[in-house]
Amino acid sequence: MTVTTKVPAEPADSVDPAGPGGSDRLPTRSSGIRPRSKLRQRLSRLDGAVSPYAYISPFFILFAIVGLFPLLYTLWVSLHQWNLIGGQGAYVGMKNFADVLGQPFFWNALRNTLSIFVLSSVPQVIIALLIAGALDSGLRARTFWRMSVLLPYVIAPVAVVLIFNDLFGDKFGLINQVLGYVGIDPIQWHKDTLASHVAIATMVNFRWTGYNALIFLAAMQTIPRDYYEAALIDGAGRVRTFFSITIPQLRATIIFVVITSTIGGLQIFDEPRMFDQYGQGGADRQWQTLTIYLYNIGWTQKNFGRAAGIAWLLFLIIIVFALVNFVVTKRIASKESR
Amino acid sequence: MTAPTLVPVRAPQPAPSRRRLTRNAIRRSQASPIAYTFLIVVLLASVFPLWWSFVIGSKDATAINSGSVSLLPGGNFLANARTVIDTLPFWKALANSIIVSSAVSLVVVLLSTMAGFAFAKLRFRGKGVLLVFVIATMAVPTQLGIVPLFIVMSKLGWIGSLGAVIVPSLVNAFGVFWMTQYLKEALPDELIEAARVDGASIFRIFWNIALPAARPGAAMLGLFTFIATWTNFFWPFIVLDPGNPTLPVALQQLQARYYVDYSLVLAGVVLAALPLILVFAVAGRQLVSGIMQGAVKG
Repeated sequence: MTVTTKVPAEPADSVDPAGPGGSDRLPTRSSGIRPRSKLRQRLSRLDGAVSPYAYISPFFILFAIVGLFPLLYTLWVSLHQWNLIGGQGAYVGMKNFADVLGQPFFWNALRNTLSIFVLSSVPQVIIALLIAGALDSGLRARTFWRMSVLLPYVIAPVAVVLIFNDLFGDKFGLINQVLGYVGIDPIQWHKDTLASHVAIATMVNFRWTGYNALIFLAAMQTIPRDYYEAALIDGAGRVRTFFSITIPQLRATIIFVVITSTIGGLQIFDEPRMFDQYGQGGADRQWQTLTIYLYNIGWTQKNFGRAAGIAWLLFLIIIVFALVNFVVTKRIASKESR
Repeated sequence: MTAPTLVPVRAPQPAPSRRRLTRNAIRRSQASPIAYTFLIVVLLASVFPLWWSFVIGSKDATAINSGSVSLLPGGNFLANARTVIDTLPFWKALANSIIVSSAVSLVVVLLSTMAGFAFAKLRFRGKGVLLVFVIATMAVPTQLGIVPLFIVMSKLGWIGSLGAVIVPSLVNAFGVFWMTQYLKEALPDELIEAARVDGASIFRIFWNIALPAARPGAAMLGLFTFIATWTNFFWPFIVLDPGNPTLPVALQQLQARYYVDYSLVLAGVVLAALPLILVFAVAGRQLVSGIMQGAVKG
């Protein structure tokens, strides 16, 4: 039974490995040293055929329970009337989706989410590239500099938002005071829509820019140095080589960073939720994001059917934007090379 | 892929050619003052918000609301910290954060190492498809599942308990991917073939060969999982009660209670941030190299 399935799994060359293979302790030619019984061989083959599944199954079983099942069950819930306390109600088909799409607050939340996302990801990628460039330039004490850009990463978003809330205070906040010194009127960070988005995006950028800079730095170090040498001999300056060599060579990494920040950024919750003490996304929902909206519908209004609908819409939006960003980033990064 | 090795510095030559000079100019020479200036600005931007939270956290309400700006700390930090600890279930939140983050990292590392070992080094039917599946699930947003997860947790009667926070976090597709990549390089195929031929069971190979080889990668994964779990807010906020929070959930209560008195709020922030700042002080170097290795592999 298992005997036949296992035969091709052991290539002939593995019986007589020519290379060193680090097998100094283990005799490789077992047949001459320790003859094995038929039963033992069979057991060993069975082991080889079955064990792999034993090693991957804990992950997949757990994934099925807390990953895959909720995913499908969300769809089921979204097709029903469903109350947080009352539980499952009547089947309503696509009504929850239609209701969500008919609400101005949904579109407002979508706009806010996208605005915060753009304000956080675009400057973040640009500054991270610049930091990576600086880190890659033969610094003294380079570990110190690398660690210094990563420090914000270990501060929880909830802590970051509490600190920045104070800095962005409408009345006595440090930022408004400093702006006052240079003659700029105080900005209403917690009232004005765009200003609130800038403040929230700043918190995201604070935490993630250094992290992404290290990813870019690692990719920069794999670029062959000959490219720079050739460019320098051709008379290209540092700035020129940065745009003509570094950026195009980092294309894959930039795409990776943009996609991951799309998936994370469109789900943003902590920062806007804690931006004021009410957690509704502002008096006029100026900074209410899709996930806050989902939370409010599900846990404040106790309408689970509709919340599940929002969850699926959020999923679709994330997929669409991940694809759009993939195409756009690819295009931008390859244009730089020309 | 091996870690990117830098071009070694050449021995100085008596009469360096122009070519050699330009090479050094690009690579291992000194960074320009502009790079240092820029990085100092970045350093200040990284550190200042933390310093500021200590400055405010060490004052009292009247000093903050007086409208004058000072970048020096006051003398009230311990008093503020005591108020925070007395009004919040602070020690409980700290203990909960430690329990949740440790349990999640341990299990994630174990499951990921097992699955990574099978994906990297064993042959079995359906391996390719399953690995693609794992990678695809990394893109699925966690928010998608919260509604049914909450329904399940309330049916189980787990709402408010740490289990409701821990169990959904145990599945980490990134961890499986990471350990697969790590073990592909760290463990030579010949070694496993030789051990198999010698009659070692898969379990023995896993235990005596793969686990020791996986240790550095597993430690890195554990560290990142620990930080991610520690800083996680959304799901714990939904399922935990105010009386039994993790640290981020406790910080949220602090804001709801004292939003006018920022000296107390930011003293709480300092207290809550300290544990991970300690982790950073000890393992910051490992974090840096972990991110950089992951970038090259991923």
